[in-house]
Amino acid sequence: MLELFAQSETAQFGQFLLLGLVLGSLYALIALGYTMVYGIIELINFAHGDLFMLGSFLALQLSAWWLRYVVGDANSAGAVIGLLFVMLLVTPLACAALNVATDRVIYKPLRSSPKLTVIVSAIGVSFIFMNVGLFWMGATPVKFPDLIPDTNLTPDTGVVVTWKDVMVIGVTIPAMIALTLFVKFTSLGKAMRATAQNPTAAQLMGINVDRVIAVTFAIGGALAGVASVVYGLYIKAVEYQMGFQNGLYAFTAAVLGGIGNIPGAVLGGLVIGVVGELGKAYVGAKWSEALIFGILILVLLFRPTGLLGARIREKV
Amino acid sequence: MTSLRSWVPALFALLAIYPFLPFAEANRGEQFTILFIYAILALGLNVVIGYTGLLHLGIAAFFGIGAYTVGILTVPFFPFQQSFLVAAIAATLLAAFVGVVTTAPILRLRGDYLALVTLGFGLITLYAIRNLDAITEGTKGLNPIEAGPIPGVAEDVDLSSLKVNSEWGVRWYKYPYLYFLALGTLGMVMVFLRNLERSRLGRAWIALREDELAASCMGLNPARLKLSAIAIGAGLAGLAGAFYAMALRTTGNPQGYDFTLSMIMVCCVILGGLGNRPGVLLGVFLLMGFDRIATNMLDNLIQEQIGTGGSNYLKVSGWKLSIFGMVLILMMRFRPAGLLPEKRVACELSEGVGERGEETVNTKPGTG
Repeated sequence: MLELFAQSETAQFGQFLLLGLVLGSLYALIALGYTMVYGIIELINFAHGDLFMLGSFLALQLSAWWLRYVVGDANSAGAVIGLLFVMLLVTPLACAALNVATDRVIYKPLRSSPKLTVIVSAIGVSFIFMNVGLFWMGATPVKFPDLIPDTNLTPDTGVVVTWKDVMVIGVTIPAMIALTLFVKFTSLGKAMRATAQNPTAAQLMGINVDRVIAVTFAIGGALAGVASVVYGLYIKAVEYQMGFQNGLYAFTAAVLGGIGNIPGAVLGGLVIGVVGELGKAYVGAKWSEALIFGILILVLLFRPTGLLGARIREKV
Repeated sequence: MTSLRSWVPALFALLAIYPFLPFAEANRGEQFTILFIYAILALGLNVVIGYTGLLHLGIAAFFGIGAYTVGILTVPFFPFQQSFLVAAIAATLLAAFVGVVTTAPILRLRGDYLALVTLGFGLITLYAIRNLDAITEGTKGLNPIEAGPIPGVAEDVDLSSLKVNSEWGVRWYKYPYLYFLALGTLGMVMVFLRNLERSRLGRAWIALREDELAASCMGLNPARLKLSAIAIGAGLAGLAGAFYAMALRTTGNPQGYDFTLSMIMVCCVILGGLGNRPGVLLGVFLLMGFDRIATNMLDNLIQEQIGTGGSNYLKVSGWKLSIFGMVLILMMRFRPAGLLPEKRVACELSEGVGERGEETVNTKPGTG
């Protein structure tokens, strides 16, 4: 990051913008899990951030096992690519399974209960996940293996773009496109939209609502898993409390965009990432968090249902 | 319900004679004082969540405002040097005022959006406390907060001489009067809230919680009712914060006013029984008592019995989060209206009035 000092102001701005976009797309991935679950069962899933944290711990564990049992030489390109492949395959699957299991065991019996009851259960799940993380990796931050090179891909422009940035964008954008296509064009996606609009009517039309909810939790969990691997590779350190902070940002992103709305979550994530990073650079690092929530409140004051949220009509 | 009403005065009487009992310890007494303070905070939150049904996730902010108001008005660092009484009143009024001012513009937000904005407000307050170190001394906290003149006590009395000096009781060396002051205030808050519940205002809140539309059709003004609930809830939280700073004799680390506190308070209120004062009291004593007192006791016990050698797996405090989580999950599964359910809330829960169903039509993922 030393090169930063040699950069022109525009280039510096570009650099912060890039960092904001990269972090923002990570928040967006997590936010999608919040927003989809909310869209279907109106649950603010407070445990989602901690699921993300457990995902990154699993990825870290996988890399340790990979180096110990599978390959001896940690530096060979084949070993690194193999590990990336394993992490990006196993972690999302595990997170999806855990999310579905949590729903089955804990939220499903509460389907007909009021919202507050389910939210408190979700807070309970979040506490348990955090405790698991605490036992798993301890209370202090743990280094994540630095697998992606930091080479500057654009030496002439003044803005440093590394393989890491490319990786984040290269993973998150396709994931979002795939999700959008899935929700828009598959019959299961159609069933999801129908369930979100009106669960009772959807059930009467022959949609298996329980299955749709399970799929929603699976997709949300898988996206959190992808985000957790990418986050670990990008930030290079993980700790048991990171689910709280990032989950909060992601949830904020989901609400900012209009909760229940998929493009809204992506937009919200990007806005929060960019605002946070530009705030850090130009307002002061310690005020950037306050700035994020300040902007959230301002946006909600003028658009009470978020940036892309549908106008809500009070029903009698 | 009558049996519930009778154990609360008994509990207060028991707590009032506790410092005179032979086994009373100064340490435990101070921990109890903190519990009373959190109970006041939770009762304030209960006015907002339990009576009017607004999910407020930033109650810790008002707690912090109260604590820092007392800090600013009493520490030697600032020129004000007020007594605790003046500072506590100022803390209560300021917290209530901030509550009204910050909530008024967002009342038109619905349900979860409102919850998130209150959460954001709580966090912004926390960041402001942490970052404005010229005023708040940042993470060091404002100190020392000394007990100023107490009403009814001559000004030159050395406060440390006011200890409980019973024949058999252990001597308390730190401000045992704060124990009685907090306990007495908690008792007064309980009585005040009971009267409030039965007043015109309290009944209007319940009507609003059950059906906002119907209530407004009957001529109630929802915005004004919600603001009055916030004012009272935030004021009580500010009062609790004032006591907290006083009990710690510092405003402490800003971490003490973070989102976790707000969330745990919500859990206390719901666990004990939403809208039910004795229930809220029980919820605080159980959850905060477990957090602050029981884990340490159990840890020491285990340490004595088997000698854990610092392993977290063998300590209750290592499992604290899991125990918390399990309690919340099991309670919500098997007793969603809380340990001591309020009758009306229990009915509303079992019928699912209002909460679910009415908003399900509105959200459309994937089509924005």
